[in-house]
Amino acid sequence: MAERYSSFERGGRRWLWQRITAAFLVVVLAFHFFLLHFVNHADEVTFAASQARMETLTYFSLMILFLVTATFHGVNGVYNALVNQGLEGTKLSVVKWTLVVASAVLIIQGVRTALAWSGGIPL
Amino acid sequence: MSQSYNRGLVEDFGRWREFSAGMWAWIFHKFTGWVLVGYLFTHIAVLSTALTTPQAYTDTIQMLEMQPIVRILEVGLLAVAVFHILNGLRLLLVDLGVGLEAQDKSFYASLVLTGAIVVASIPTFVAGAF
Repeated sequence: MAERYSSFERGGRRWLWQRITAAFLVVVLAFHFFLLHFVNHADEVTFAASQARMETLTYFSLMILFLVTATFHGVNGVYNALVNQGLEGTKLSVVKWTLVVASAVLIIQGVRTALAWSGGIPL
Repeated sequence: MSQSYNRGLVEDFGRWREFSAGMWAWIFHKFTGWVLVGYLFTHIAVLSTALTTPQAYTDTIQMLEMQPIVRILEVGLLAVAVFHILNGLRLLLVDLGVGLEAQDKSFYASLVLTGAIVVASIPTFVAGAF
């Protein structure tokens, strides 16, 4: 039988979180595309228009949650794909920690950008 | 004991002529996933121009949106995102034990629906750029 690699860990929670974030992202990604391409058109985007949306706590919170879930889902997906391709040992550890650092940078930069629009947490 | 399906070497894409609908769905889901995660990093980098000045952000977005190639790439991004969403829903249902027997048909339905949504969205996505 051919050698098989699986990213599934019995008892692990990453599999479950990949599904939970998927269910959330299906709705929010569709909403994001609809709002920013059909309700508002991409070529009409201005700082003021983004600011007006981000000053609402509901929208701000949704976008922060969108950023965090999309980062986890995407980066965990990349990690799983590499495990499925047979990456293991030290190489896998290096990739894992690179992805962790890249995720942290992405989330910090995304939150800083959201705060630049909202001028602080819109409470 | 659960039965396992021997897919052979998963990294052996040279066997593509033997691939079934489920294997193509797996490959397309991986490919669209790689594109989307790459775009996520690019998207945040572009949006980060808002950290410099409000005008720099507005100018950057409007300069990009004036380029026909950017609009075409956005249609491609829509295709990738819609397929990933629809096939993701299919995977969530299969994980819950719903529609496993019709998983090949639901893959074809995902492809057809993706095509229909993308074609219907093209006028909106390219408006004003050509």
